[in-house]
This record gives sequence, structure tokens and C-alpha cells, in this order.
Amino acid sequence: MRLTWWKITAIVLLAYAVIGGLLLPVPELTQLGETIRNLYYHVCMWFAMMILFTISIAQSIKYLRTGSIEHDIKASSYAGVGTYLGLLGYATGAIWASFTWADPNNPAFASFGSIMREPKLIGAAIALLIYGAYFILRSSITDMDQKARVSAVYNIFAYAMLFPSIWIIPRLLPSLHPGQEGNPALNFNDIDARMRMVFYPAVIGWTLLGAWIATLKIRHKILLEQKWFAHEK
Amino acid sequence: MKNKLIAFILSMGVFGAKAQEVSNNESMASVMRSNGKIYVVVAVVLTILFGLIAYLIRLDRKISKLEKES
Repeated sequence: MRLTWWKITAIVLLAYAVIGGLLLPVPELTQLGETIRNLYYHVCMWFAMMILFTISIAQSIKYLRTGSIEHDIKASSYAGVGTYLGLLGYATGAIWASFTWADPNNPAFASFGSIMREPKLIGAAIALLIYGAYFILRSSITDMDQKARVSAVYNIFAYAMLFPSIWIIPRLLPSLHPGQEGNPALNFNDIDARMRMVFYPAVIGWTLLGAWIATLKIRHKILLEQKWFAHEK
Repeated sequence: MKNKLIAFILSMGVFGAKAQEVSNNESMASVMRSNGKIYVVVAVVLTILFGLIAYLIRLDRKISKLEKES
């Protein structure tokens, strides 16, 4: 067991994100109420996803430069955990939205039909589907080097598609989702100072947890690879 | 923190003892019952979080063992 300093940091920060996130004071907002605390969990999923995808594309570029299969394993593992966190972000967003945008008990809120047209939701779905195609592409090629090369190139395309689908297009269209004009939660003017105290550590904590899971996946895949090579001989 | 931990462990006993009867008695002033019982939620989420982390640590150890063997 390699319980290195950053794994301990992840555990401490996540414990803080839960205790501080649920107990520390938050600004009182109409409509959102206490659900603003979801910022520490739902929004962190997307931030962690973005950071893990960035690590993934860096590993893909490294693979294309060096041709070492280890970088391909790293790229696919980070992309896998990133996609998983994205799915969790989507699921938690659906729960959050159903109590703040489209509560059927409150006629003042939007209908479920209008939520289906929400550009941020559609954009996030497109981005996740593009990453889904990355894994389909990987599993459809049997030759190891070819798989690594084709999927590394595709990964760069997928990362490039993230920006129009989740950052640019939702900002061009009217949306209920926060972050229309600027960067939600990152902007110093629209996030309460008390919330920043928990939000930034929470982002780091969730990202480190994702990286921890990814390193386990990487080590497992490398072991499988070694076993496979030993078997070949 | 230590006091809260002791209060938490003690209140677990209270849950067991009071499991059968529905009580509206607000005088049972324990930490777990204050502030609209939000601490119960904190305890539940922390249990899940640490359960998942324990699972990760176990996986990490197993993989390390395999790495040493190979």
C-alpha cells in the first residue's frame, strides 16, 4: 500500500468537504435554499472531470510522442474515471434540478419539457457521449499499437469538443443553469467568501480521489499487461 | 471533536433504546438531535465516504501485493 501524502490529503479534504460543506454557514438564497451546498459536490464532479480529462489528453500526446504503451494505459484510465465523474455530475444535477427548476409542486418553476431543452444539459450529454465513443473505439481495435495510436488521436478530438459543447455553446443560448456570463464558481464576484473556503478544498479533494482511483486502474492494467507478456513467452 | 465523538457514540445507544417508541420529547438534547438533526446526515455521509475510502485502501494494498509478487 502506497499511502502517499496526496492520498492522505484527499481523505482530509473530503472529510472537510462533507463536514464543512454540510455545517458551515451559506448565504440564504431564494429558490435554492440549502441546496446551494450542492456546489461542494455536484460542481466539484465537473471540475474534477475537466482536470482528469486534461491529464488524459496530456498522456495521449505523450504517447504519440514516445510510443510507450504506458502512456496509453494512463490516458485511457484517466479518461475512464473522468467520464465516470461526469456521469455522477449529470445524475446529481438531475436531482438538484428537479427540486429547484422543475419542482412539479411549484407552478412558478419551469416544466420538465423546458429542462429537456437546456443547452448546458444537452452540451454535457454530447461531451460525455463523445467520451463514450472513445471507449467503444478502443474496444473495437484488437491490435494494441493501432488501438493506442487511433484512440490517442481521438482523445485529442474529444478534448477539443469539450470546449464548444460544455463551455461555449451553453453560454451563447439562454439557460437556467448558472454561469451564463462568466465562469460559475470560479468568478470571485459571484461566489460567497464563506463558500470559497469549502469549495476550493472540495475541488482538490474530489480531483485527488479521482486520480487515486485512476492510479489503481493504471497499476491493475500494467499488471495485466505484464502477465500477458509473461504468458506470451 | 473528542466530546462530539463521545456524544455520537452515546447517542447511538439512545437510538437503540428509543427505537420502538416515537418520541416528541425535545429535551433529549444530544448533539445528534440538535439543529434539525443535520449531524445525523453528516454521520451518514461520512460513514459512506470512509467506507469507500477503506475499500480503495484495500484495493491499493492488494495491487501493491501483486506488484511485489510479479
